[in-house]
Amino acid sequence: MSVLAAIDAQTLVDSVGLGAIYALMAVGIGLVFGVLRLVNFAYGQLVMAGAYTLAFTANWRVVWSLAACLIVVVALSLAMELAVFRPLRGASPAVMLVTTFAIAFVLQAVALLIDLRDNTLGEVATSVAPLNQAITLRGVEVRKITIVAVIVTVVVLALLALLLNRTRIGLHMRAASADFSTARLLGVRANRVIGLAVLLSGVLAAIVAVLLTVQLPFVQPDFALRETIVVLVGVVVGGIEKLWSATLGGFLIGFATGILNGALPTDQTVFLPSAVFALVILVLLLRPSGLFVWGRPAAERL
Amino acid sequence: MADAALAVRGLEVRYGPVAAVRGLSLEVGKGEIVGLIGPNGAGKSTTLHAIMGLVSARAGEVTVAGRRVLGRPPERIAAAGVALVPEGRRIFADFTVEENLLLGLAARRGRYGRGALSGAYELFPVLGEFRRRQAGLLSGGQQQQLAIARALVAQPDVLLLDEPSLGLAPSLVDSVFDVLAKIRDGGFAILLVEQRAQRTVALADRTHVIANGELRLTLGPGDADDTEKMVAAYFGG
Repeated sequence: MSVLAAIDAQTLVDSVGLGAIYALMAVGIGLVFGVLRLVNFAYGQLVMAGAYTLAFTANWRVVWSLAACLIVVVALSLAMELAVFRPLRGASPAVMLVTTFAIAFVLQAVALLIDLRDNTLGEVATSVAPLNQAITLRGVEVRKITIVAVIVTVVVLALLALLLNRTRIGLHMRAASADFSTARLLGVRANRVIGLAVLLSGVLAAIVAVLLTVQLPFVQPDFALRETIVVLVGVVVGGIEKLWSATLGGFLIGFATGILNGALPTDQTVFLPSAVFALVILVLLLRPSGLFVWGRPAAERL
Repeated sequence: MADAALAVRGLEVRYGPVAAVRGLSLEVGKGEIVGLIGPNGAGKSTTLHAIMGLVSARAGEVTVAGRRVLGRPPERIAAAGVALVPEGRRIFADFTVEENLLLGLAARRGRYGRGALSGAYELFPVLGEFRRRQAGLLSGGQQQQLAIARALVAQPDVLLLDEPSLGLAPSLVDSVFDVLAKIRDGGFAILLVEQRAQRTVALADRTHVIANGELRLTLGPGDADDTEKMVAAYFGG
């Protein structure tokens, strides 16, 4: 059986759903990169914290469980900015990157301590588990979560586009992403735009936590770690300099992962990351500044 | 005497071991244009950057209408009423002309309505004509007009200009100096850094010559035609 024939409508739909979730993570990472020039490796741990919150509040009413997830993740995101990123403002990108690695490990260690209080590793997040049920659309089984993920992503991206393009603070954020020092000398308040970017990226991480726990309800300290690495790769492949190209990169790598997952025979899926990363290497050899970025390479940016 | 709109006293800026500005003092009153000329590397741009908070000063004092601003971040200094037209214009090339001007409003104090940009479009009709166009598509002269307009919409008390005529064709240089002459009655205190010494001396109420980070002498408009004095000013006579 050829590889392509294995890609049925089912796989396509699932891949779009996965791409949508990855796109949201890419936006969350891209927003912060835009204003801070910081690749936040600890982004996945925000999602993990949200997933644990959902697990610990699984017997609450769904709306309160979701609210708790949002509050915890946004608070953690803002705390990261205030306690770590702000004091390090002006540090070299290498220092910032390594620092986010450190935050990631600290948060995982904390999660492990909290998780092991009941002497078993892992918690089950069932707040929104019913979304995992499938409905049949024209003979194709579609899980409700796929539809929800796609709709949520489209709505969130549309709202974000409105914010960035139609509001004053959005204009300030775009200016800060394009040229921070000029934006500041025009009066754009650095801490305000950075705070908003961090807040929005926290909101996105909370949404991703909800969407991911539907498919992966068993939450462990390394929850979302693999996804974060894959999304970071997608963001770089798409072009991290621009939010839309980073988002598209995130979507595409999610979509490609889904397709390859469907196309590879079940006993071969261990090769999935290798196949994805081989594609990435090829793309970066051909288009070093990103798949969708034309003109000057990133390194020449002022 | 009332406080000068902008007063710099004993300003010292160092880049590592290099002293870029040494003990510089100057004042600009409301409605005045003060020129700052001198050879490359004399410390002209550094002075503007220190006033704007873009580089930190070792010592000295900068006051805007009597309030000390040195050591504050650039956005606070902008909000205190200082606007810089940076060297190389630094417009946002991917943004529309109008978005660039709206960014200028970031530092504006108090409330403003929809007509906040109309003054800029009146002064520079070409910007009104191209307001939906990407700023990067404007010609060099038009981009310079945009950079000046962007600073003016903030309605600053102090306007700092860093070599606004740099890289412009001679006819466009004329238009830049025409604009400065036009806005001098607007009540701004203007500090103009320029390479075009003669034109600056002729335009400004007084022009300081700076070399090696120090003020060397001060020229009045009458000195613009005194070639000997101009040459001596530049070559440390």
